[in-house]
Amino acid sequence: MMMAVGLSHYLTVAAILFTLGVFGIFLNRKNVIIILMSVELMLLAVNINLVAFSAFLGDLVGQVFTMFVLTVAAAEAAIGLAIVVVFFRNRGSIEVEDINQMKG
Amino acid sequence: MTSALNLGAALPEIFLAVAGMALLMYGVFRKGDTTTSVGWMTVIAFIVAAIFVVTGETNQLVFGGSFITDSFSAFAKVLILAGGAFTLIMALQWLKAEKIARFEFCIIMLFATTGMLMMASANDLISFYLGLELQSLSAYVIAAFNRDNLRSTEAGLKYFVLGAVASGLLLYGMSMLYGFTGTTTFAGIAEVIGAGHAGTGVLVGLVFILAGLSFKVSAAPFHMWTPDVYEGAPTPVTAFFAIAPKVAALALMARVLMGPFYEMADQWQQVVWLVAALSMFIGGFAAITQTNIKRLMAYSSIGHVGYALIGLAVADEQGVRGMLIYLAIYLFMNVGTFAVILSMRFKGRATEQISDLSGLSKTHPVMALWLAIFMFSMAGIPPLAGFFGKLYVFLAAVQAELYGLAVIGVLTSVVAAFYYLRIIKVMYFDEPVEAFDRPSRATSAILGICGLFVTLFIVYPAPILAAASAAAASLFQMPG
Repeated sequence: MMMAVGLSHYLTVAAILFTLGVFGIFLNRKNVIIILMSVELMLLAVNINLVAFSAFLGDLVGQVFTMFVLTVAAAEAAIGLAIVVVFFRNRGSIEVEDINQMKG
Repeated sequence: MTSALNLGAALPEIFLAVAGMALLMYGVFRKGDTTTSVGWMTVIAFIVAAIFVVTGETNQLVFGGSFITDSFSAFAKVLILAGGAFTLIMALQWLKAEKIARFEFCIIMLFATTGMLMMASANDLISFYLGLELQSLSAYVIAAFNRDNLRSTEAGLKYFVLGAVASGLLLYGMSMLYGFTGTTTFAGIAEVIGAGHAGTGVLVGLVFILAGLSFKVSAAPFHMWTPDVYEGAPTPVTAFFAIAPKVAALALMARVLMGPFYEMADQWQQVVWLVAALSMFIGGFAAITQTNIKRLMAYSSIGHVGYALIGLAVADEQGVRGMLIYLAIYLFMNVGTFAVILSMRFKGRATEQISDLSGLSKTHPVMALWLAIFMFSMAGIPPLAGFFGKLYVFLAAVQAELYGLAVIGVLTSVVAAFYYLRIIKVMYFDEPVEAFDRPSRATSAILGICGLFVTLFIVYPAPILAAASAAAASLFQMPG
């Protein structure tokens, strides 16, 4: 028997992706690019959430919100990569442990 | 009063956005260095926008209820525009002296300010998110604006990564909130929560949104980025970060908590209580060992956000009024202090060490006097303005019987007084080192304005108190 894919499945996938994104940022000790990818993962998890809720509620606002999130995510990735590039020019490395000029 | 298309209500934001694009064109096509002219035109744009804010219609709900103008948003917007204009004027000289003057700086500041104005008027999760992101994305860029400097780019990178995480948390909270209430408008969410349909999903959403916003106002325990970013970013950018985004994010926080989540006040009150107490502790104790004045100001701003959050924890009109008064006074104290920090240059080279202030009372007596007044004011010593800021939030806390928070506030401000007084001691009792260069005229003028405000607030506080009362009252009226 086929199991129907319902709202809770989508929410679970989104929650797992979101958690992976958060862990990717805080546990990753290697490369800043991986952090950028993790940020994208978090935002995409949110998009799955929004679209799933939108379909479930029969309300389009969630999908409109998703469009805005996608746009902002693109701008965010562009700015993030630009900052990584200028940092690399100064430091010659984008290893996470080399981001250590200032200590809290 | 709801109308589908009343652009007049959003006139300040529309004007700033159009001005930003026009100035961008001007800066690109005009030959030669346009930083100064673009900078002053941006300042004029801020002033014009402030006039639109003050003279515009209030109590408007436009764009399908996603954008609101009321006395509360007007109060916050005037503070944001004032903070932006003051820091931009001081930045122009500084950028030129550091040889990083590019006209894009002014335009990015203008867009950041537009985002903050949208935050102050947001009445829907989508406009909330877009305003916040416009502000944050611009902020990441100007933090890394000194792009050949390792520390500046590192500040930008750190701010970007942690800011993106905070945005992600915030957005996840919003998606939960949307799913479990079925709407993104604040009024709709308030209705659902008021009808008692607030389930676990809404609570999860609330916690995520609070975490994201606490990050944006750099409240403990989400403050880790603040000292590094404040230290690394170019000093005028630090001044900007310490003032305008905090006003915007705290105003947004007040609108979210007192609007859609008002019926859940007993649940978020404890969270805000804890965040305020932690921020005051961190702001008090962690600043003691700092030797870099920008880092010190970072911890000081964390502490001040804690005091402002007391007003939110109170969750009533008095509390919001206290918070607004606190923010207005905080703006002037901080602009003044940063005017001095921006003037700390030896023979054209900028310095950031507290020890370099030694003997300032002998080399620059007027500047030393003003800085001493700002430090006394930040420590909360009467009769200066900073005392009244603290008085109104503590008063609200005591009236709401949040005695614990008021006591913590008083104790931590005693601790914080230690490092503020230490700066005064360095200026007045240590042997002078080299004299600083003469500060620029604009910076001196701003220093004088802020100094006069802080000293004379006691004489004529009525306009600010009245405006803050009206603003707080408008937040608690249901919009028509």
